[in-house]
Amino acid sequence: MADLNESIEESQENNNLPKVFLHGPPEFSFILQPNPSHNFHILNPSSLPPLHQFLSLNPHHASSIAAIVCTGGYTVNADVLQLLPALRLVCTPSAGTDHIDLSECRRRGIQVAGAGNLFSEDVADMAVALLIDVSRKISAADRFLRRQVQNVSWNFPLGSKLTGKKIGIVGMGRIGSEVAKRLEAFSCMISYNSRNKKPLVSYPYYSTVLELATDTNVLILCCDLNDQTRHIVNKEVMLALGKGGIIVNVGRGALIDEKELLKCLIEDEIGGAGLDVFENEPHVPKDFFSLDNVVLSPHAAVVTSESLMGIRQIVEQNLTAFFSNKAPITPVI
Amino acid sequence: MGSIGVLLVSHQVIPYLEQELNKRYNLFRLWDFPQKSQLLTQHGASIRAVVGDAFAGADSDLIEALPKLEIVSSFSVGVDKIDLGKCKEKGIRVTNTPDVLTDEVADLAIGLMLTLLRRICECDRYVRGGNWKHGDYKLTTKFSGKTVGIIGLGRIGAAIAKRAEGFNCPISYYSRTQKQESKYKYYPSVVELASNCDILVVACPLTEETHHIINREVINALGPKGFLINIGRGKHVDEPELVSALLEGRLGGAGLDVFENEPHVPEELFGLENVVLLPHVGSATVETRTAMADLVLGNLEAHFLGKPLLTPLV
Repeated sequence: MADLNESIEESQENNNLPKVFLHGPPEFSFILQPNPSHNFHILNPSSLPPLHQFLSLNPHHASSIAAIVCTGGYTVNADVLQLLPALRLVCTPSAGTDHIDLSECRRRGIQVAGAGNLFSEDVADMAVALLIDVSRKISAADRFLRRQVQNVSWNFPLGSKLTGKKIGIVGMGRIGSEVAKRLEAFSCMISYNSRNKKPLVSYPYYSTVLELATDTNVLILCCDLNDQTRHIVNKEVMLALGKGGIIVNVGRGALIDEKELLKCLIEDEIGGAGLDVFENEPHVPKDFFSLDNVVLSPHAAVVTSESLMGIRQIVEQNLTAFFSNKAPITPVI
Repeated sequence: MGSIGVLLVSHQVIPYLEQELNKRYNLFRLWDFPQKSQLLTQHGASIRAVVGDAFAGADSDLIEALPKLEIVSSFSVGVDKIDLGKCKEKGIRVTNTPDVLTDEVADLAIGLMLTLLRRICECDRYVRGGNWKHGDYKLTTKFSGKTVGIIGLGRIGAAIAKRAEGFNCPISYYSRTQKQESKYKYYPSVVELASNCDILVVACPLTEETHHIINREVINALGPKGFLINIGRGKHVDEPELVSALLEGRLGGAGLDVFENEPHVPEELFGLENVVLLPHVGSATVETRTAMADLVLGNLEAHFLGKPLLTPLV
């Protein structure tokens, strides 16, 4: 059903333009607003109704949707792709792509455009922020001060030094590289684990996360979530990291065995953790809330005004390029 | 043990330092005496060294009351609580703890910038308060690429600059005199620096000249999109002016490790989400406080053995 507010003229023009569908919650409509200069037509500019409902109301559109813009958490798997035989582009303005079946897209010749480098700096900044906070107990100290009785001497526990620490980065992609660059300025010593050794990277490479954890004081998780990396940080890795060790996760919650992490934190088997992601967002196990050696963040690594402006631009640029028969600006595959 | 009288004027030094001083010297603790005058009458004549810190030092009155005083050794790098002029006049040596805490304080300065702009403490409160299920936290401000203006390009200022460069932050600075060998942009006044940066950091010593160096004019120049970071001394900032600027939205936010009258914190700040408040923890790690303590002990030892001091100021 065409947008009820369209005039007959508009709807005739739009009929000739390739169709784009917004696959996300209602708030996702911020990502792309209709614009007469577009060389495509957004079927659901309010990001409503959701895909399955839209298709049952408008079965004729199933074979016209040429591109979808989808957000993390809104899966694009084989079942979804099956419903959209004319789909040629998936545009996902998110740092991660674990919600997309990339091999199925590849098989069907569907291109996937991502966020490119846009979020890398913000995510890296979040990783370093969490690391400094956990090491120096910034959030805990701020909390302490705001409930302290006035004019009583401050007695607050000492933190631990960050400069010069050995950092193990899991996943040396764009985000991992930005994290490494920042921590080098703190004279930290960087090493990494990644699916494959990166020939252009000069930091020491470890072929397993366990070996990396054994030789470092801090683990920073910046990798994709997939079958190989699920629970890649498990009890063995945490014990190898040791008391005083710190884990920072800006990847996906399921990279860590969350129950085990909680146990290790409570029992002082590791020093602390800075977490922007959790296994069952937005649910966070209550036992975390009473710990002073964790810093908790509501998956906010890319939620800055600057990233917001940037991501709207990237989506528009990718769609415009694609529908001008050019390659996507920020291809994932 | 030992017959050398040493007066410890602050109970906030780490236990290790207190224990070692007690082992090596005849240690007097200022807080053991209900009246300072009592201490001075009973023991003033035997005290040859004073150990202080950022919170308490040796003012003119104390120095006058200790006729045998030879050295003041501070468990801090800032010595604004010590009457340096009086010490010079009387030939009393003064030592502090430079270098060993430079990295620590610089790390914390960057930590304050990140946690302030990205609202890390607020986000943590948000999650702990069970609010995430009602919706995401709001937009915050990107840190990378923001212009950082540093007041005082000494050891700590330079260390902050080096770290901020890792985040692609352009660096500018103000200091008493321009540093010819520096690649950073110099501004000849604090107001000009504040007008031209996003994040202003106080990293200079507290002296008569730098008292209230952050005043209303500077705060207004920094503006509603600007952020102030203070890892120097509370008295660098006109605190009532800062508070009213924050309450009125004339300043974007503040990250404060120090306050004018520690341990007092202006209560109006507690209700604000665009501030990060810390209980003077610039050098507060196990590693660094131990290194600082060793410097204090090393300086005292050198002095009483007639050897050159490790880190003399006077």
